[in-house]
Amino acid sequence: MKTLALSLTAILTAGIATAGEVAPLDVKYDEYGAVEQSLTGVPGNPENGAKVMVNRGKGNCIACHETTVLKDSPFHGEVGPPLDGVADRWTEAELRGIVANAKMAFEGTVMPSFYKVNGYIRPGDGYTGKAAKSEMLPPLLTAQEIEDVVAFLMTIKE
Amino acid sequence: MKIKALTAIAALVAAPVAFAGGADDDKLVVNGEIEMVTKAKAPAHMENVDEVISGWHFRTDETQALQMDDFENQGMIFADQGLDAWNTVAGTEDKSCASCHGAPEDSMVGVRAVYPKWNDDAGEVRTMAMQINACRTENMGAEPLKYTSGAMANMEALIAMQSRGLPVNVAIDGPVAETWEKGKELYYTRTGQLELSCASCHEENYGNYIRADHLSQGQINGFPTYRLKNAKLNTVHARFKGCVRDTRAETFKPGGPEFIALELYVASRGNGLSVEGPSVRN
Ligand code: HEC
Ligand code: HEC
Repeated sequence: MKTLALSLTAILTAGIATAGEVAPLDVKYDEYGAVEQSLTGVPGNPENGAKVMVNRGKGNCIACHETTVLKDSPFHGEVGPPLDGVADRWTEAELRGIVANAKMAFEGTVMPSFYKVNGYIRPGDGYTGKAAKSEMLPPLLTAQEIEDVVAFLMTIKE
Repeated sequence: MKIKALTAIAALVAAPVAFAGGADDDKLVVNGEIEMVTKAKAPAHMENVDEVISGWHFRTDETQALQMDDFENQGMIFADQGLDAWNTVAGTEDKSCASCHGAPEDSMVGVRAVYPKWNDDAGEVRTMAMQINACRTENMGAEPLKYTSGAMANMEALIAMQSRGLPVNVAIDGPVAETWEKGKELYYTRTGQLELSCASCHEENYGNYIRADHLSQGQINGFPTYRLKNAKLNTVHARFKGCVRDTRAETFKPGGPEFIALELYVASRGNGLSVEGPSVRN
């Protein structure tokens, strides 16, 4: 009962979080934009992370990042740096921060914020071109999807 | 702030961008006779770009070739339909476009190159589509054409082709200055859940691929464009709408004040490039 009330509050204040998850508005970024704490407490599943990264309706990360290990999926873009060796350059906490909200680490970056729910200009209802239906949008990726992507990124070593 | 900048640089040093598609060096000559200026020194008002480049340079050789010969350019079929409409009497005044303007190859030379422009009588910035509709409603007593309709695109293609090869030369000062500023602001506003502005893709990243798309500067000197993707002629505001929608934003209305301002601003970013419409894109 108590937990139910709690998770209900979470839903009302942040839109989408379920019990045990860190809601988008509650994520703690350090001064470098890193996020120490897992968003779910559940270890990420790297295989699913890879799927999220190539899926156009999810992360669509390869739209901007060339990533050799994902070359089976066609059309890698070059808007962002290639992700080869990314785990050698960044810690897990830094990668979680970059995927959740890259603007915290790279000011003004064109990389979208994947775990953010408000503060948008003319937010739309997905790709319909129509106005968003609510003030809080569902984040582009769920907390667990972020953890899955981070787990996959941690496997990309030179 | 300083630290953030440092980490970003570290990332770039550690992972240099491997390749960039860029614009090619091909030459665009249509029908072996109309020499197009497809690269030009950027107009003085542009702050972050030195050279303006036609979207033609970012397309494949196959797509480029289609625009080099009017028999291959499907857009010309639509321009022909525009010519039929030009000569067709419509409305209560019993007039066609030709009744007032004669042959388009005589009266419409240079027109496309200076639009959008200020209309003194109406006291407004007019796009070419607005002027076409003003002629229809005020001079012909006919219904306006739908802003992004095929009939409008056809008429725009007919008028644009009379200026092919002439440099875009849109005024940005005087009575249009305020609208131009508004358009500029829109160009740099990051909209939608993806928080991308026109500049994010067409100024910061032209020449780069985004997924399978080779990003151009988003110039409108080639409009209306025949797109292989939808096999029809596409208007400027329809294209704007699609690009804004792709940022997961609520779009603006074609023909509305925001897109009129944006069109003026984007057109002025192409000052110096040749009018190419109807062009071919993918
Ligand atoms: C619209 C383009 C775009 C998309 C989509 C995108 N990114 Fe990025 N990303 C960038 C850019 C640009 C940078 C470079 C940071 C900057 O702006 O300085 C970057 C940086 C990064 C970095 C750190 C750079 C490095 O390799 O050292 C990682 C890791 C990363 N992105 C992962 C992802 C993941 C995972 C996704 C999808 C969930 C994603 N990106 C989606 C544009 C994008
Ligand atoms: C998410 C990336 C993205 C954003 C943001 C974006 N566009 Fe585009 N735009 C594209 C792509 C991809 C194409 C097709 C390839 C090309 O010509 O660049 C395109 C094409 C165009 C074209 C056609 C160019 C030609 O030669 O036919 C115009 C004009 C244009 N965009 C204008 C705009 C304007 C104005 C905005 C802002 C309101 C904008 N775009 C925002 C991705 C984007």
